[in-house]
Amino acid sequence: MIESFIDIVLLTFLAIIALAITRIRHLFVTVILTGMFSLLSACLLVTMDAVDVAFTEAAVGAGISTLLFLSVLALTSTEELPGNSRVSCIAMFLVTITGAILIYGTLDIPRFGDTSAPVHNHIAERFINESLQETGVPNMVTSVLASYRGYDTLGETTVILTAGIGVLMLLGRGKRNTNKQKE
Amino acid sequence: MEHHIVLRVIAKFVIPMILLFALYVQFHGDYGPGGGFQAGVIFAVGFILHALIFGIDHTREVLHLQTLRISAALGLMLYLGTGIAGILMGGNFLDYSVLSADPVSGQLLGIFLIELGVGITVASVMLTLFYIFARP
Repeated sequence: MIESFIDIVLLTFLAIIALAITRIRHLFVTVILTGMFSLLSACLLVTMDAVDVAFTEAAVGAGISTLLFLSVLALTSTEELPGNSRVSCIAMFLVTITGAILIYGTLDIPRFGDTSAPVHNHIAERFINESLQETGVPNMVTSVLASYRGYDTLGETTVILTAGIGVLMLLGRGKRNTNKQKE
Repeated sequence: MEHHIVLRVIAKFVIPMILLFALYVQFHGDYGPGGGFQAGVIFAVGFILHALIFGIDHTREVLHLQTLRISAALGLMLYLGTGIAGILMGGNFLDYSVLSADPVSGQLLGIFLIELGVGITVASVMLTLFYIFARP
């Protein structure tokens, strides 16, 4: 009872914030609202007992992403240009159809916590029963992330490094030029 | 913000605690929530707070952009190196069981090393992004 009440409150706030983000043109406010969205998502994940994911969401989504967005605002303008606010019938039709298809797609998804869901019956059983003996790590999330699914984590780390290299290549040159000017 | 003496004093107390907490999250990830990603972000945030309070030029002197470029690559190389060490010691890529005589301690060592690699890369890249966005 109280859990579903908390879920309803959190999801309502999420919807309100998402709508506000689409309406507000002031980018500073938008960035802060994005941070709030992440923090509320982290709260939702805590109610689902996914503390590792919630921790990541709070640290990365609400924490450093907001910071990086804010520092990007220092490079650009803080006001979004007014877009074309005329509602196009074709666009509206396409968006409605896509949304309906997405909602139709969720109908086949197993309910939250359903023990007969395929994801709980395939390999999860082995992780739960044997990961402690096999890896000696009590936190199953860590043993799955780092050991059983080491390739995925390697890919994620590579993505982060690639993002850093991309930003360095696009914006890092200016610094080098100013250094030359100083010399 | 260099004239805000309260912020400067508090920051000097808080920044070491943030860095220490990052290390806790990094090395306690085996037992509780946490791991390389979160620890790297928190570690970077400690330096970003330093940059906000004392000015980014001071932070750049503490931790050079050049150092961060190298350490970002080193973190991923530590990860890949752990995987390749598994091949060299007669196992598969990223198979940690062969890293030590006992499979379980090998797994613990492998997980420790790759989480460390992830943490180094994430912290370095996040700080690099902040350095560049704050003053390209």
